[in-house]
Amino acid sequence: MVLLASARPATRPGRTSSRNGGRSRPLTRPAALGLGIAMGWFSLLVLIPLAAVVVKAAGGGWGTFRDVLTDPGTLAALRFTLGTAVIVTLVNAVMGTLIAWVLVRDRFPGKALLGIVIDIPFAMPTVVAGLVLLALYGNGGPLGVDVSGTRPGVVLAIAFVTLPFVVRAVQPVLTSLERDVEEAAASLGASRTTTVRRIILPALIPAITAGASLSFARAISEYGSVVLISMNARGVGVVSTETYRYIEGGNTAAAAALAVVLLVIALVATVALDVLQRRAARRD
Amino acid sequence: MANIRAGGALALIGALALTGCSGAADASGDSGSIAIVGYSVLEEANQGVEKAFGETAGGTDVSFSESYGASGDQSRSVQAGQKADEVHLSLEPDVTRLVDAGLVDANWKDNATKGVCTDSIVVLVVRKGNPKNVTTWADLTKPGIQIVTPDPSSSGSAKWNLLAAYGSVIANGGDDATAQSYISAFFDNVVALPASGRQATSTFTGGKGDVLLSYENEAILARQSGSDFDYVVPDSSLLIENSCALLKRHSDAAAKWLDFQKGAAGQKLYAATGYRPLPSVTNEVGDVSVVGAMDPATPFPAVATLLTVEKDFGGWDAANKKYFDADEGILTKIQSAAGF
Amino acid sequence: MLRVIVLGYLFLLVIWPTAYLLRATFADGFTSLAATLADPDIVHALTLTVQVAALAVAINLVFGLGISLLLVRYDFAGKRLLSWLIDLPLAASPVVVGLALLLVYSPAYGWFGPALRSAGIEVAFATPGIVMATCFVALPLIIREVVPVLAELGDDQEQAARSLGASGWQTFCRITLPGIRWALAYGIVLSLARALGEFGAVKVVSGHVIGQTATATISVESAYQNNHIDQAYAIAFLLVFAAVLCLIVVAVLHRQDAREKG
Repeated sequence: MVLLASARPATRPGRTSSRNGGRSRPLTRPAALGLGIAMGWFSLLVLIPLAAVVVKAAGGGWGTFRDVLTDPGTLAALRFTLGTAVIVTLVNAVMGTLIAWVLVRDRFPGKALLGIVIDIPFAMPTVVAGLVLLALYGNGGPLGVDVSGTRPGVVLAIAFVTLPFVVRAVQPVLTSLERDVEEAAASLGASRTTTVRRIILPALIPAITAGASLSFARAISEYGSVVLISMNARGVGVVSTETYRYIEGGNTAAAAALAVVLLVIALVATVALDVLQRRAARRD
Repeated sequence: MANIRAGGALALIGALALTGCSGAADASGDSGSIAIVGYSVLEEANQGVEKAFGETAGGTDVSFSESYGASGDQSRSVQAGQKADEVHLSLEPDVTRLVDAGLVDANWKDNATKGVCTDSIVVLVVRKGNPKNVTTWADLTKPGIQIVTPDPSSSGSAKWNLLAAYGSVIANGGDDATAQSYISAFFDNVVALPASGRQATSTFTGGKGDVLLSYENEAILARQSGSDFDYVVPDSSLLIENSCALLKRHSDAAAKWLDFQKGAAGQKLYAATGYRPLPSVTNEVGDVSVVGAMDPATPFPAVATLLTVEKDFGGWDAANKKYFDADEGILTKIQSAAGF
Repeated sequence: MLRVIVLGYLFLLVIWPTAYLLRATFADGFTSLAATLADPDIVHALTLTVQVAALAVAINLVFGLGISLLLVRYDFAGKRLLSWLIDLPLAASPVVVGLALLLVYSPAYGWFGPALRSAGIEVAFATPGIVMATCFVALPLIIREVVPVLAELGDDQEQAARSLGASGWQTFCRITLPGIRWALAYGIVLSLARALGEFGAVKVVSGHVIGQTATATISVESAYQNNHIDQAYAIAFLLVFAAVLCLIVVAVLHRQDAREKG
């Protein structure tokens, strides 16, 4: 039973939906007015403030960027943050697809509840998530395991907050996948693995990459839950806590520079995944 | 369709503007209100003092609007335009920032208490019963001792802690080199460096570490609210002096509030939450019994060697630069060498 | 086997922590919730959070619908760039969001702040600033839900309606909106959840004056740090409960709708 969202492929906005029979047309006058107003709000809210960050960073010249990127603490945090984001995104790509598979194709009592469970990381404020994860998996937790102040602890927190992205991107695609192609393949003698590899997975790739893109972006910027679990122990600092340190130390230009570096990385990742996904789709 | 959308957008912007007129914190000029921007521990401590102030002549019909948080954050917020009548922050540099921003008079320290409203000392917080027997600064660098202290690059509390640690070596006759190698060994034992004093306390209460460096008043207050740990007053410590100042534009009531805070009545109430009474009124305050202190009957034992930033470190401006400068600070360099 | 792996993963990561939150909140029955709701400052914080969240979701709804329609149905220069930029708020940590907004709207040194203050408009350290910070972090959510559905739907019906003489607004209400309503509903609920739970950026931009500009998540941190742990969990529970309730409502309504359709 489909619980949430009607079936649709997770396409990126901006892609002309020629496959689905829609046409995009040039702007009409009312549409242009709408675009103008929307862009005005978007500028006031996002573009101008982010531009201010860039300007602040640039105010210190290339020197600021160089200092920030060569500072050993910051470099370590950058490497750790990106490494964790990549690991968690890969885990999410796999687990997210598996979870979506179970949600769509499996049957057992209580499955409907699982759909809600997936969305709980969205519903929980990050500071609360940090507190709860710390209580369970930190010092004195019931399992006897203590990941507070360790790298695995940070990975845990980030895995929690990014859980829903891939699942929710893949689920509707999986739901709308037409079974007859799979059945035809099976009747032609294809093994289950081949069917998965040749038919199902390619159809899911665009959704998985879309979800992965969101998961990566969220992973590198997470702050509230990470700050609680990492306790800023040796070698466990992330970029968002480093940025905070620069601000507190009065070096706003350096903080801005670090922020710009991270935003650029996120942008590159988004574009790369978008291009990858489009290339994969073109092969169909 | 676009017309409706345009109308909707404009309506929303209008609504935003309207809420702007009603949402800002009320401050400055309105003689019956006081806007306090304070550092975190004050949130509980100020409750009693505000109530007592309300019962005085200068405090009738006065309303308080308060904001509490990490000292540096709060200072920065006021610098960025948050309205306030009084700032009451953990350490002097956080007020100096506002002087430089033109928000506080340069002569804010020219008074009987030199701009200080509350006092405390640095103590060593340990687990109940002090199982690892930590009683001196030297014990902190023993192998196997895990230290929790906040991060000096973001916490005022941390700077007091580190200067106290550094000063303990000097007080015992050591020279700068010895003190610095002590701090190195100290950092080797640090397991967590949370962003603020409060977070450090929460981290320790959550089970991390054997020793927490903290304010005495923070330790007492935590014990009052049920935290189950002990603290040790070491043989040498640093006098923590929390600065308070009125902003250039402040309400009349705020000036009376400041005087009340520093007076005997106010200091007695602060003592009830663990602060040491200011020297100017200690005699007037007399003996107090403080729940939560290690010995409630003698809540504020004398410290054998009590250092101050003014006398032993050359004042905050010099000390901040010498020890905590982002690039050249002595302690900053030791901290990054230790991997933090 | 697959089911076991998935359930095990979800249990360790989500179900058990959520159960812990429930247990911590209701350890003493309803007393901690009752005590929390009796505190006027906390009630104000909760009310403020709900108001801000509602306003932010409404703004993001108008903006999100508009941008989605523009991105899917029209062609214009810079369309792909816009779609990439839309996702940027997700990659900005709360520290950066707060910094960015203050750099522009700080009444002391921002680009627009001082001018706004002299015009009597308070943005930073007042409710509008909180609303903006909340809008910022939740911005892409509705768009990302609606765009794929809009793309899938195609505009044949819309074209047909228009050729039959329907106005733009009528087409939107009668054709487009029903087609995207579940994606839209879900996007709204996600935005609401995000808005209720926003912490870092709001903390920097609001000045968190107790009883005036302090939101519920700020109260959670404050309660936790003042060692009122049960109060912290009670407020946290209320926030999570509200968001999950909305999720359940949408899910149930959607299921009923799908069932009716046969």
